[in-house]
Amino acid sequence: MDYIEMHAHMVSRTTDDYTQMALMGCAAITEPAFWAGWDRSTADGFDDYFRQLTEFEPKRAARFGIQHYTWLCLNPKEGEERDLARAVVQRIPKYLDHANVLGIGEIGLNRVTRNEIETFKDHVALALEHNQMILIHTPHLEDKHKGTRAIIQALQSFPNMDPARVSIDHAEEHTIEMILDNGFWTGLTLYPQTKVSVARAVDIIEMHGADRVYVDSACDWGHSVPAAVPQFVMEMRRRGHADALARKIVWDNPITFLGQCPKFKPPVSAHAV
Amino acid sequence: MSGTSRPKPLPAREAVDEYFIENRHRVLDVAAFLDRLDRSGGDWRSDYRMEALVRAIAVLAEPGAGRAQRIQMIFSDPTVEPKPKLDQKAARGAWDPASEKGA
Ligand SMILES: [Zn+2]
Repeated sequence: MDYIEMHAHMVSRTTDDYTQMALMGCAAITEPAFWAGWDRSTADGFDDYFRQLTEFEPKRAARFGIQHYTWLCLNPKEGEERDLARAVVQRIPKYLDHANVLGIGEIGLNRVTRNEIETFKDHVALALEHNQMILIHTPHLEDKHKGTRAIIQALQSFPNMDPARVSIDHAEEHTIEMILDNGFWTGLTLYPQTKVSVARAVDIIEMHGADRVYVDSACDWGHSVPAAVPQFVMEMRRRGHADALARKIVWDNPITFLGQCPKFKPPVSAHAV
Repeated sequence: MSGTSRPKPLPAREAVDEYFIENRHRVLDVAAFLDRLDRSGGDWRSDYRMEALVRAIAVLAEPGAGRAQRIQMIFSDPTVEPKPKLDQKAARGAWDPASEKGA
């Protein structure tokens, strides 16, 4: 089944991964700016990273027939460093006109500190000022519930924020309700251990429905699986769900959400009916 | 698919037929992990992560749905106030009540 990978850090992945993803039916990838696993020391380092995301990576993906889009920011893992965050936020606008930039992301919180919240709000203000869509990372593990609540609160402090243009990613059983009830889009991230399994993702769909929801692999330099979205489709079939429902989650919903950005060109499915 | 309709889960008997073996395996893996800790001879029960895990295991035997959500909340930080500053970069999987006392 053709699919759109809503969250993948392809700068950390190999050419073999691109090959496999293309073979599995991946037609487009959206790549949020991420933490490198170690802290970048200067804003110049971010400039190089943003050039990689806007110039180099789309060409790399195109060799496999995959569209590559990106979201720019200083990642929540680095949000504690306010001086660096301010310097990076100032540099982002000059990249926003690139053809593959969909908006600001993945912004959010890590350990839910005061500084992280300020850095998050700086990014939201930047997005709203430039009429950009927003992709949000919610914290890991024990911090997720508290962080998701704080993120929603911070977003709602901006009177002109439209939740329909914001996706709050990495939802789990205890956070999806507050995300959907407040009008946001959400992603279920399929991870081997630290987020949801494919079985739990299908459970969540059965309990909350398939509106404003997609799934993603969030594959990066850590434990993660580039084949996660096709594995989700297999689990949907194992549970007896119609392919039309799986397709809504891995194809139609991403196109509806991303289509709000005029730069997004819906890919053509080889399996369109 | 359209609207807010909820897709139906597999009928119970079919779900058991399909998923019993892999969940039997998971339960045995957890049991063996606890045995391994006992064999080590150390005090693992007072580790805040293991305290949470033991409480989570008790939820498995509770009746009614919502177990996954209840277990998520056992592992979650229940506080509301943001941390004054960053304590560590990575989450550990369970909230440490002692972390608040020093803050
Ligand atoms: Zn990510």
